[in-house]
Amino acid sequence: MQWETVIGLEVHVQLATKTKIFSGASTAFGAEPNTQACAIDLAMPGTLPVVNEQAYRYAIMFGLAIDAEIGKRSFFERKNYFYPDLPKGYQTTQLEQPIVGAGQVELNLSEDRTKTVRIHHAHLEEDAGKSLHEDFHGMSGIDLNRAGTPLIEIVSEPDMSNAEEAVAFAKKLHSIVTSLGICDGEMSQGSMRFDVNVSVRPKGQEELGTRTETKNLNSFKFMEEAILLEVERQIDVLENGGEIVQETRLYNGDTKVARSMRSKEEANDYRYFPCPDLLPVELDDDYIDAIRNDMPELPEARCERFKAEYQLSDYDADILSGDMAMAAYFEAATKACGDAKLVANWVMGDLAGKLNTEELSIGQSKVNAEQLAGVISRIKDDTISSKIAKDVFEAIWNGEGDSADAVIEAKGLKQVSDTGALEQMADEVIANSPKQVDNYRNADADKRPKMLGYFVGQIMKASKGQANPKAINEILLKKLDELL
Amino acid sequence: MDQSDIAKLANLARLDINETTASEVAESINGILGLVDQLQNANTDGIAPMAHPQDAMQRLRKDEVSEENVREQFQAIAPEAEEGLYLVPKVID
Repeated sequence: MQWETVIGLEVHVQLATKTKIFSGASTAFGAEPNTQACAIDLAMPGTLPVVNEQAYRYAIMFGLAIDAEIGKRSFFERKNYFYPDLPKGYQTTQLEQPIVGAGQVELNLSEDRTKTVRIHHAHLEEDAGKSLHEDFHGMSGIDLNRAGTPLIEIVSEPDMSNAEEAVAFAKKLHSIVTSLGICDGEMSQGSMRFDVNVSVRPKGQEELGTRTETKNLNSFKFMEEAILLEVERQIDVLENGGEIVQETRLYNGDTKVARSMRSKEEANDYRYFPCPDLLPVELDDDYIDAIRNDMPELPEARCERFKAEYQLSDYDADILSGDMAMAAYFEAATKACGDAKLVANWVMGDLAGKLNTEELSIGQSKVNAEQLAGVISRIKDDTISSKIAKDVFEAIWNGEGDSADAVIEAKGLKQVSDTGALEQMADEVIANSPKQVDNYRNADADKRPKMLGYFVGQIMKASKGQANPKAINEILLKKLDELL
Repeated sequence: MDQSDIAKLANLARLDINETTASEVAESINGILGLVDQLQNANTDGIAPMAHPQDAMQRLRKDEVSEENVREQFQAIAPEAEEGLYLVPKVID
């Protein structure tokens, strides 16, 4: 039987506010446990939450970016459940009247394949704390620094039909929220987390199959793996005459194994009701228009600008503009060295390769934009060859120097352009290669440029790659032609 | 509301209601539900549901840090804390 996959996503995006959604405690990442958890975050009796305006502004910016209706009247509700990292015994969230209504996101899947994914709505809510289950003599440790961090939860319609589309959608959301500056996009720190709803049905069947939800995926790679695994599992169960149980699942990206968390039988009844501590939030058109007029550049506009301003190809512009941090890096390096094409090649080549190998985001790069621009500038002014430049880049990456100039100086990598020294090297190579010289002399004129490569190679070897290739070419041509 | 409804609610709310008190609780909740039934009879056509009994709007707060680290005070009154973490009986889904 042929099967069809249906995927919908719920995406939690941590908003880049300075403080919590309902309290003035800091949201800075990496603080000592519980040092950023105040009386409100801890649900101490007698405290009263007050809504952070910036969280609202950020949610509205997202709504405007996906062309959604903005809720001029929204309110918070309590979602009741018990878990130690949720001190209040309920999560303050939105249900009936969220801030962002239905919208849509366009995906570019390949050259000529696009897809529209509908957004059901997006709402504001608070994050929970963190539970640490190891090393506390049989107890769990609770860190409430994250409790009360503002989130928007983006709920898509089940419009995706394979892992590729789901990942493209997730990446597009990442690109939008980082371009807006409403989220730092650091997946490894949990700034964006994905819940994936997957079901399968016989091809052509209208009715949806029973779905499962795989929760809390925090990388595009894990998301793709989890979807592929779950689709395979469901088809396997159905083809063996079994039934899919509606359940929550967890995927472990390290072991590549998924397991059931709880089935629907034990599912929580959240008993939502409007939060009596918070009044409805009402916004007028002027307020929303002011935000609209102040919107930063969105990924599509940036892509077009990159093509026009830097003469980048469609492909290069798409890659470099897609990720906000990468776009900023590219523009900063280009501004500093003036060669967009070279910067594009380096960012998508050596830099991307390094980041990939060490599993770092561009924000964590060990070579910053200014340093890369320094390397490129030294290629452009013939101080070093492209080949040596890779060594210089590597050295900066490994902390052996904090600029291209420092590394070139310290390691003596400066390209030899001194004609006297190069002429001497050329003479030696010619003297030591009588056979190659003979071949060169006897070859047809149009074959000779190709044969020059041998001599250039010998000099590069002798100079440990530091000879200026342009200068060697000229000198060799002159000297060999004299022998004709 | 019968005893099994009460048992389910008690579990959701983490309340310790035993079989003897369950009938008592069922009785008082049924009394409240009776009142709700009476309210249901009121004509609410054309009336928007109310999110809050007060006819007021939420004030919004500036995004500025105003809270300091008060971990020591709070952990002093916690049953157990270690390495800055609150300790609770182990819970894993």
